[in-house]
Amino acid sequence: MVFRSEEMCLAQLFLQSGSEYDCISELGELGLVEFRDLNPSVSSFQRRFVSEIKRCEEMERILGFLLREIQKAKIAVPQEDESPLAPPPRQVLEIMEQLQRLEMELSEVAKNKDKLQRNLLELTEYTHMLKITRTFIHSRSRVSLILTQPLYEEFPTMETDSATGSTGMQRLGAKLGFVSGLIQRVKVEAFERMLWRVCKGYTILSYTEVDESLADLDTGEISKSFVFLISFWGDQIGHKVQKICDCYHCHLYPHPENDEERADVLDSLRTRIQDLNNVLHRTDDYLRQVLQKAAESAYTWVVQVKKMKAIYHILNLCSFDVTNKCLIAEVWCPVSDLANLRGALEKGSRKGDATVPSFVNRIPSSDTPPTLLRSNKFTTGFQSIVEAYGVGDYREVSPAPYTVITFPFLFAVMFGDLGHGVIMSLFALWMVLTEKNQNKKRSSNEIWMTFFHGRYIILMMGLFSIYTGLIYNDCFSKSLNIFGSGWSVKAMFTNQHNKTVQTNALLTLDPNVSGVFSGPYPFGIDPIWNLAVNRLSFLNSYKMKMSVIVGVIHMSFGVVLSVFNHLHFRQKFSVYLLFLPELLFLICLFGYLVFMILYKWLAFSARNSSQAPSILIHFINMFLEFNLVGLISQTGMQVFLLLIAVMCVPVLLLGKPLYLYWQQRGGKGLRRLNISCTALQFDFADVLLHQAIHTIEFCLGCISNTASYLRLWALSLAHAQLSEVLWAMVMRLGFKVTTEVGVVFLVPVFGLFAMLTVSILLVMEGLSAFLHALRLHWVEFQNKFYHGTGVKFLPFDFSQLPSVFEQDGLL
Amino acid sequence: MVDQFAIVMSVMTLFWGIVGGVVPWFIPKGPNRGVIVTMLVLTAVCCYLFWLIAILAQLNPLFGPSLSTEIIQYLRWAWD
Repeated sequence: MVFRSEEMCLAQLFLQSGSEYDCISELGELGLVEFRDLNPSVSSFQRRFVSEIKRCEEMERILGFLLREIQKAKIAVPQEDESPLAPPPRQVLEIMEQLQRLEMELSEVAKNKDKLQRNLLELTEYTHMLKITRTFIHSRSRVSLILTQPLYEEFPTMETDSATGSTGMQRLGAKLGFVSGLIQRVKVEAFERMLWRVCKGYTILSYTEVDESLADLDTGEISKSFVFLISFWGDQIGHKVQKICDCYHCHLYPHPENDEERADVLDSLRTRIQDLNNVLHRTDDYLRQVLQKAAESAYTWVVQVKKMKAIYHILNLCSFDVTNKCLIAEVWCPVSDLANLRGALEKGSRKGDATVPSFVNRIPSSDTPPTLLRSNKFTTGFQSIVEAYGVGDYREVSPAPYTVITFPFLFAVMFGDLGHGVIMSLFALWMVLTEKNQNKKRSSNEIWMTFFHGRYIILMMGLFSIYTGLIYNDCFSKSLNIFGSGWSVKAMFTNQHNKTVQTNALLTLDPNVSGVFSGPYPFGIDPIWNLAVNRLSFLNSYKMKMSVIVGVIHMSFGVVLSVFNHLHFRQKFSVYLLFLPELLFLICLFGYLVFMILYKWLAFSARNSSQAPSILIHFINMFLEFNLVGLISQTGMQVFLLLIAVMCVPVLLLGKPLYLYWQQRGGKGLRRLNISCTALQFDFADVLLHQAIHTIEFCLGCISNTASYLRLWALSLAHAQLSEVLWAMVMRLGFKVTTEVGVVFLVPVFGLFAMLTVSILLVMEGLSAFLHALRLHWVEFQNKFYHGTGVKFLPFDFSQLPSVFEQDGLL
Repeated sequence: MVDQFAIVMSVMTLFWGIVGGVVPWFIPKGPNRGVIVTMLVLTAVCCYLFWLIAILAQLNPLFGPSLSTEIIQYLRWAWD
């Protein structure tokens, strides 16, 4: 990553007709260039390579079907590390043929399997029906002994009535018919009622539930069914019964005449079911074999088809030159990569079968090129948080290299806790050390992937938090006493003061008493403040002043960076008319504030503490009591600084518009060529308006942005207080219990403490501090110099193309 | 007695001065040199500034800590 984006150039590629496919394939592998659309007015159906793309999409459809079948059969698709190259056009037909053959085979096998399963289901139902109606007949025969039993003996012959499809028996002149079958449970009551109403009692319906739930043939649902047996008298009734059965979608099976026939049918059914099961097993095995074989090359095919389709898309963007019989492509290419581009074209030409090699031609362009900032795995995270605000203009200074350090630093100022920083660093370190495995796993959990992509950011944040935690002397809300405190209690409360100590609840150490204060703590905040009741009085004053100092320095840094932009874009006048007034305004007012803070720290001590002025009142008075009369040294300097700052405003407001106006009128000392690139239609009012907005924004922004940095104080206070509350409310309770029970009690208390620390203090406070640090960068820092209205460079790169199947979770 | 403040001040200034001013010259030339040098300088500036603010704020305290008498009793015994 560099400090500004790479220099880009527009180039024309002349691709000879034999080798264009291979050249584009090479470029796709390298990911060097971005193609421009040379046929924007042509619809996608009229482009040259539409048929090839349609073929690719057909192959993708078949591949999708294949992958779904593979997933259903729960076979894993092995993925290779190296992705295969795009296949040459000759190989494409082979792949297409293979895929079509596979599709046909799979659909045939699936159809057969379906048929067999239907068959199996019917036979199973028939078996159930036979078994259950057997019990009906026998129970009925037991109930109506006299009627039915002699019936069986008296009338041994039975005729199968082909019209009604039911077996019948002669009885007293009328035929006794049987209809048997299966019906779904939900329809049973309605069925019974319908039968009763229509047949007016000339039917007897008996039914029982089937124990096993069967899958419905058409819908595949598992539901309970009932086996029923209807006995009726007469033909007409028979017709009606048949119609009703059809209406309720019953599955009817022929009712056997007697027990022997029933036994025979049962036997034959059993063997047939066994056979069917065998066949089904073998079909399953065969299907699995086919899918396994296909799965081995599925990944290769997917990648090859994806690359092919991408190449044809790019070829569609090129324009065809009839005279030279070649394709012309326009690309944006980084200047430093032109040599690689030439090399890639040569390689492609060699692979293809063109006689003339393809070549590159650089052409001048007045369009704004896209912005390219190279980054490695460490800087990508920081780059992306800068780009989330806006991609930089072409060749503008990029804030990203500075963000690498200032962002974690500002986060740490708000987060500052040694213990929490250690936990955060360890978590980030684990993610960094196992990054190879995580990249392979490619989890689909979005929240986890967000944390994983920001692992280096989190690591930096954690490391800086350790440092600021040491300075704030805060480790899980407790302070460390490494160097020995600078405050001495013994010197303040000698043995003379025993009575004072015993009679008062709260006593203050006075730094005026000799020996009490021996010097500032060498590294950070003195540990005695952690024990003091008036801790926040001291810390608040310290942290607020610290926030203002850090803020003014950060903003000044931003203003200074704008100089580089002015110099690069050859607007030297901006340095004098924009940068200088801005910097002077900032320094004269807020730099003076910082000076006052430092002066008060150094000049006033406990001896003259009663005379120490309030900085805020002083600062406000500087503006309110603006009088040239009082010329005592300090007031005089204040007046002087205020005057400078106030004079900067009109310079900032009118300087640039007036200068450009004067330039346009043909000011001396300028070459006309310089201004030919700036807008020929110089609109004075427009420039003046823009500059007025910028001036107001900058001047008012200075005040509001400085105050905005006070969030550094606010969030660090919140974090410290939350940490203290957690300790006092949770952990201390565990320590207070003194008996042996206390030891056991401490374990769940610690568990609760740990869980709350991670969820509230690490996750919630961490996200909050992250957000606020980000806001400080995006608004307060970047609006001093960064425009962020550029377009990002998107190279044609196979590895960046998303795969449709990955998104569906099939691969 | 050598002033403790002076020792601490010079040690810290020297340390961060080396990190920010001397180490960058030893970073080998490569594509990442610019970023690494920026990082070192910025780290040195930020950390030194933060430490400096903390020690300057405590240099001349205008008031002292208020302690409860239990703590005073304890500190009289525990801290020298």
